[in-house]
Amino acid sequence: MEIVLAIAIMALGAVVLGAALGFASIKFKVEGDPLIEKIEAILPQTQCGQCGYPGCKPYAEAIANGDEINKCPPGGTEGVQRLADLLGREVKPLNAEEKPKQIAIIDEQTCIGCTLCIQACPVDAIVGAAKQMHTIVAPLCTGCELCLPPCPVECIRMEPIAENIDNWKWKYPVVEIKAAPLKEAA
Amino acid sequence: MLMNLFKCKGGVKPPTNKTQSITLPIATAPIPSRLVVPLHQSIGGTPRPIVQAGDQVLKGQLIGEADGWISAAVHAPTSGTVVEVAMHVQPHPSGLDAMCVVIAPDGRDEWIAHQPFDYANAAPEAVREYLQQSGVVGLGGAVFPTHGKLTPSKTVPMEELVINGAECEPFITCDDLLMRERAEEVVRGIGIFRDLLQPKKVLIGIEDNKPEAAAAMRAAVGALGEPFSVVVVPTLYPAGGAKQLIRVLTGKEVPAAKRSTDLGVQCFNVATAYTAWRAIAHGEPVVSRLVTVTGNVHAPRNYEVLIGTPMDELLQLATPHPDTDGIIMGGPMMGFLVPDRQVPVIKATNCLIAHDDRLFPPKPPEMPCIRCGSCAQACPHELQPFEMYWFSRAKNFGKTQEYHIFDCIECGCCSFVCPSRIPLVQYFRFAKSEIWAREREKNAADGAKARFEFKQLREEREKAEKAEKLAKAAAAQAAKKAAEAAAAAAAGEPVAEGAAAAEPVAAEASPVPVAVDPEKAAKMATIQAAMERAKAQREASQPKNTEALKSSQQKEIDEIEARRQAAHLTEAAPPAATGEKTE
Amino acid sequence: MMFAPAPFLLKDVSVSQVMIQVCVALIPGIAAYASLVGPAILVQLVIATFAALLAEAVMLKIRGKSLALFLSDGSAVVTAWLIALTFPPLAPWWLVVTGTVFAIVVAKHLYGGLGQNPFNPAMVAFAVCIVAFPALMSQWPSVGLQLRLIDQMNIILGWAPRVDALSGATPLDAMKTALKLGDSTFDVSTLLANQDIYGNFAGRGWEWVAGGYLLGGLWLWHRKLITWHVPVAFIAAMATLSGALWLYNPAQFASPLFHLLSGGAMLGAFFIATDPVSGCTTPRGKLIFGAGAGLLAYIIRVFGGYPDGVAFAVLLMNLCAPLIDLLTQPPIFGMKDKA
Repeated sequence: MEIVLAIAIMALGAVVLGAALGFASIKFKVEGDPLIEKIEAILPQTQCGQCGYPGCKPYAEAIANGDEINKCPPGGTEGVQRLADLLGREVKPLNAEEKPKQIAIIDEQTCIGCTLCIQACPVDAIVGAAKQMHTIVAPLCTGCELCLPPCPVECIRMEPIAENIDNWKWKYPVVEIKAAPLKEAA
Repeated sequence: MLMNLFKCKGGVKPPTNKTQSITLPIATAPIPSRLVVPLHQSIGGTPRPIVQAGDQVLKGQLIGEADGWISAAVHAPTSGTVVEVAMHVQPHPSGLDAMCVVIAPDGRDEWIAHQPFDYANAAPEAVREYLQQSGVVGLGGAVFPTHGKLTPSKTVPMEELVINGAECEPFITCDDLLMRERAEEVVRGIGIFRDLLQPKKVLIGIEDNKPEAAAAMRAAVGALGEPFSVVVVPTLYPAGGAKQLIRVLTGKEVPAAKRSTDLGVQCFNVATAYTAWRAIAHGEPVVSRLVTVTGNVHAPRNYEVLIGTPMDELLQLATPHPDTDGIIMGGPMMGFLVPDRQVPVIKATNCLIAHDDRLFPPKPPEMPCIRCGSCAQACPHELQPFEMYWFSRAKNFGKTQEYHIFDCIECGCCSFVCPSRIPLVQYFRFAKSEIWAREREKNAADGAKARFEFKQLREEREKAEKAEKLAKAAAAQAAKKAAEAAAAAAAGEPVAEGAAAAEPVAAEASPVPVAVDPEKAAKMATIQAAMERAKAQREASQPKNTEALKSSQQKEIDEIEARRQAAHLTEAAPPAATGEKTE
Repeated sequence: MMFAPAPFLLKDVSVSQVMIQVCVALIPGIAAYASLVGPAILVQLVIATFAALLAEAVMLKIRGKSLALFLSDGSAVVTAWLIALTFPPLAPWWLVVTGTVFAIVVAKHLYGGLGQNPFNPAMVAFAVCIVAFPALMSQWPSVGLQLRLIDQMNIILGWAPRVDALSGATPLDAMKTALKLGDSTFDVSTLLANQDIYGNFAGRGWEWVAGGYLLGGLWLWHRKLITWHVPVAFIAAMATLSGALWLYNPAQFASPLFHLLSGGAMLGAFFIATDPVSGCTTPRGKLIFGAGAGLLAYIIRVFGGYPDGVAFAVLLMNLCAPLIDLLTQPPIFGMKDKA
């Protein structure tokens, strides 16, 4: 009798909890995979393909499916750190050299107006037309370098973004605990 | 004047050090050897230069045109020749360069033709535009374009207009002297602001350590018969901050996320009122300002200084002591050491303090925070600086925003009282600029993502359209063929008709490939030629001995390169056209 | 060109100045204490100070911090003095040293040193020692026991046997033990009538020690080193609870005044619960912290098994301090209507 009672109680508990879980899964259903979106928000959206995927979103999906988090050079070490924090994974060194942020510049005297770079630019940051000189809209350029290889006359070069008064940042205050001007006794 | 004052929260009482520089009246600084006038002297858009090297300019002539509504014009401070429009070191903590107009004065100080603005018959919009054209900006140090603050809120009626003559920072006395000597013009300037904003009350706040200034202002207000109240407020740093003065005089608290007009109050500095009056009544744009020169100098004094005067030349007038090792622009609480002694005086320069270790002893070493809470008690915005410090230091910027880091006005009270001598404000500046940078990056990334997605969409669409076109063409072809076959069958003369029908098709079709082919070939040839040219150009422009350059050589080459580019840019014919010609 | 951030002016304050002023504020209490139990307390202060400085120096050396900067900050001395003042005045020297070393090494430096400790180091020392050495920590000299300095020294240093006179209890403890017999042979008024142990308000002589701490605490408040919130909340909470129970049954519960002037109440209210590092920092948080500490101290000392409850009360409130701070963030300038 007691065994039956115990089984009945357990069964009842299972039914109630199961119903609660079922209700919750319907009530709090999540559309899409929020993890991929969160990962993508961390990626720098250069769409450069240096990770081996055709854009930031495919790489975000790959990370969500278990790929390494250190394949995004434009995101830098900080990006790896933030991905590691988000996913609870270990921080790994970047698998490529970290470059300062840069933008492409077209040497307008050499440009022949072939439009190949315009087609290559993933973020529509190059303006121009066939046989007309092209130029790069600097604020839109993500520095992905995808326009470099297609250029038949090699007139595109990368330049690091110079610091100016508008994008200048205050530096982290130096913590000088050891530099005591007091007479050191020990 | 009896009035209920509201208590200002927090605040500190550093030694005021104001008496040194008020013994002598305002003097006019002589015209310096050269003037470096930065174009970007106010919050907002950078004015566009409208002069170039070699131009003759007159005093008050427009040299930089306002770019956008929140921007103010820049004028030549004296007559002379424009030497160059180039990048020069700025009076900015970064020590970076920005575009400046450099003028060699001719010594005649000749004014451009100017006349008073017919203010009585002008629409408010015209007055605001005129003030923008005259380069009137907030001279208390924030240099926000004044005309941008002179539009009353559409929904909230203007209650009070607060005029800031508190001048709470130690050492600075330029507003004090201005009120003492030029009270009438200040009051007339306040009248302009009053007319534009139509407030119910006008309150002029002056700290109680400036009784002469308060008396002079009262006399001027009385003489002009204006209904303004001159209110003496207790001396407490930072009671002269706009938000603090508004709080003390009206009891209203303006949070970071709101504009003061949303609460029916607006605040201007006395010096701003003065320059607004000079612009309206005399047609004189802002080409000079009062600057307190004090600190480690022999003769501290206030000078009327032309904008663009090198700070070192100005400092020499007050004879600095030989152990002076730097110049602080602004007060000792919120100012900064200028990166170079030659940087120019700008509209934001209210004070120069000669720095030495006696006046400003080097900071003792920093200790860990003991959470004593002194900073929270001193904070005029009732923040928790030690919490914000903790998170700024850990670079946990999200948390700093939860503790309202953007409500921090960087007044320095927390750093002043900290027993552990932690440079708290510095941490907050760091955190704020990092947050801004991240915000910029985030916006750029979002934009890039949107454009990338749009491009993908477009490519898909184009592909689909192309496929559709091809399908259509194929279908048309098939239909045609079917029709032909039917026609032929109907005609009963399949061979002759078929051949006749096929021929025009071929004739029609053949010109197209023929036309395409030469075009393609021409294109290929062009590209080939261009590649050759580029190669030749590269080889010509890049000599073989450029592998191991010294930095000085590289610099020289860069300069030449820059000149070359500049020359190309100024040439009428675009480079693409030259390319066409050589073909 | 040099770089130094604004502000260029700094107020003349430092951590060591703060700590020195705390020590100065303890002096009236120490004077009253010394006149009550003899100069032994001064010996304990010296022992604790040396132990604390030595432990601090060793830890700083190990952690690679500047000795000159941190040894002179005075925080170790404050911890040492609080330990000496809360331990029995004739406790053996090694007990005081153990407590002090534990406070400095474990409660302070293992948590990150100055400013990082989540618990008040002196109270950690007290709690650890009363758990580890309950007998020694409960042996207080009987009131009126006047020994010469040399005898006291011998007892502290262990060169003389610990005499019976030492195994007394604090007036607070004595009253609790008596009342706990529960056979209503003793009630509060008859107990208080014993003028050997009890004075006008509380323990004889002890009330003046408490008065000394009160005086020093008021001076700290006057110097703006502490705010009124914690002491007022502590005292008000303890007075309210003890007052309610006293009104309910004056025979079984002593008056609020007795409780406030007994044991570590005043020391706790002004010097221990006000420790900013381990306490709350927001004004409302400080009120909650002080009130919580006052209530817990009363409950533990009256209903618990330990002679006094201040140490445990403060440690328990230290645990809650971060949460209290988080939940009591004051509204900022311009955002008060929302709050």
